[in-house]
Amino acid sequence: MAAMVVGALRRGTATGGGSRFFAQSLRRFVNTLVVVEHEGGFVKPSSLSALAAAEAIGKDNRVSLLLGGSGPGLHKAAGHAASSHPLVSEVLVADSDAFAHPLAEPWAELLHSVQQKGGYSHVIASSTSFGKNLLPRVAALLDVSPVTDVTSISEPRVFVRPIYAGNALCTVRYTGEDPCMMSIRSTSFSPTEAMSETKVAPITQVDLSFLSEGSSGKSAWVNLKSQDTERPDLSNARVVVTGGRGLKSAENFKLLEQLAEKLGAAVGATRAAVDAGFVPNELQVGQTGKIVAPELYMAFGVSGAIQHLAGMRDSKVIAAVNKDADAPIFQVADYGIVADLFEVLDELLKKLPDKK
Amino acid sequence: MKILVAVKRVVDYAVKVRVKPDRTGVETANVKMSMNPFCEIAVEEALRLREAGAAAEVVAATVGPAQSADTLRTALAMGADRAIHVLHDPDPARPLLPLAVAKILRAVALQEKPGLVILGKQAIDDDCNQTGQMLAGLLNWPQGTFASKVIMDKEKATVEREVDGGIETICLDLPAVITTDLRLNQPRYATLPNIMKAKSKVIKKVTPEDLNVDIRSDMEVVEVTEPPKRKAGVILSSVDELIDKLKNEARVL
Repeated sequence: MAAMVVGALRRGTATGGGSRFFAQSLRRFVNTLVVVEHEGGFVKPSSLSALAAAEAIGKDNRVSLLLGGSGPGLHKAAGHAASSHPLVSEVLVADSDAFAHPLAEPWAELLHSVQQKGGYSHVIASSTSFGKNLLPRVAALLDVSPVTDVTSISEPRVFVRPIYAGNALCTVRYTGEDPCMMSIRSTSFSPTEAMSETKVAPITQVDLSFLSEGSSGKSAWVNLKSQDTERPDLSNARVVVTGGRGLKSAENFKLLEQLAEKLGAAVGATRAAVDAGFVPNELQVGQTGKIVAPELYMAFGVSGAIQHLAGMRDSKVIAAVNKDADAPIFQVADYGIVADLFEVLDELLKKLPDKK
Repeated sequence: MKILVAVKRVVDYAVKVRVKPDRTGVETANVKMSMNPFCEIAVEEALRLREAGAAAEVVAATVGPAQSADTLRTALAMGADRAIHVLHDPDPARPLLPLAVAKILRAVALQEKPGLVILGKQAIDDDCNQTGQMLAGLLNWPQGTFASKVIMDKEKATVEREVDGGIETICLDLPAVITTDLRLNQPRYATLPNIMKAKSKVIKKVTPEDLNVDIRSDMEVVEVTEPPKRKAGVILSSVDELIDKLKNEARVL
């Protein structure tokens, strides 16, 4: 409510030079809507990171979560969401087949409608392919500018985000109307799964009457082809082993997979390896692929192009194996071996104990 | 059908950018500039659709200072039929935001009435990944972002999208907005005769005011800094040493 009052006051005086001073001197009421992605009845780790970002905005942040979809998985996930963080005050559930698939058009209408009813000061999604697809569309409907890929929050409206493939960090201040919208880089916000046993937020169904006004039907979901893998998810893995062009073939990538097996690691790849058809595109790490920040990143036959470094430079420890001593990867690696990667891989496979 | 392609002039992808000492931005004076790689892919896709008979005309558009005309010439040399240059000289402290670009492109789209707008999925300078989605939202058209394959038919576009879990296929009613991912195609090089021919193609110049678009900004750049440097690493001579370091020094194994 307070946000709406402040919003109304600000809008009412928005033309004068004094209005900004007025708005800033007034302590803003912070209430945040987090768009939650879920899978198998649980909130995805990337969305738990978005919750951590909501906490970084303010300790007194009133957080509402929005989940959409249909079927029992949605309601189980809503239950999980309700106790996922002490700041969560409300879980909004949109139960409709319209949200069963991640289509931007119905989802944007949903988020737009929920924002107009709730008058949130902040809207956060995680920088996943879902979040990146959805958030800017809604921002345009609300006539506000979102901030992409926030890596740090210093004030409720001041954010840091990487630009130029992570070669510069840009601090921006959002000066527009509510809501302040952002997608967050999940590797920059540790998902503190501070499950609150005692406090379980109420779950409310979203009024979906806006759907019947229907501009839906402009897009239809056909299918999703995904690689089945038992290894950990690339974006959240503790250890990542990555291969580049130096692996030479899809066959040789199996060696990396064996190493990943031993380390309980996820497998990543450079653009060159994906373009050469060694591995599917969802394994690409870099500016335009996945951004990872594992505890250990092992790069085999990776030269270290700017675009690749953008996706892994925040890893805690980087180890690189390359036969070219001048490869740029060695400038960011904590440990490097200048050698033939196949010999090193063989030796590693022999010497590392099996993961129990 | 007409296809509108939006292109952006950015610092060349191979340039290692330098942050200005006064922290207001990155150095762009005397730095090689090129067409954003994702925009090249967008132009290429539009040309291929025209060559396949799915489109009659390809119009390239850009928003930017006078030098952005070079980027339009590149698109024309690749094969675009004509171009629209929306002139805007941005204030470095308040750079042009994707929302403003989307509003300008919306105005251009309403004039040109294309059946399809193709953009890159992101510009490699601001890394925003917003403009296409915003344009689709403003026009209330469906969007197919991060496209790795586009199949057109009379009233629909089937788009394969690169998403986190794999490849997703969706079907869009036309008109629609599509943004390109890297694997959509391999852009062609402009040949010398085509570069010469491009010089006689028309670039229409307009201003945001002509289009009735107000480009206010709701974002202020506070500062631009260098990312923290990683401390120098060591080159090891054996695998044993590597395993030992990872176990006992870094403690990550």
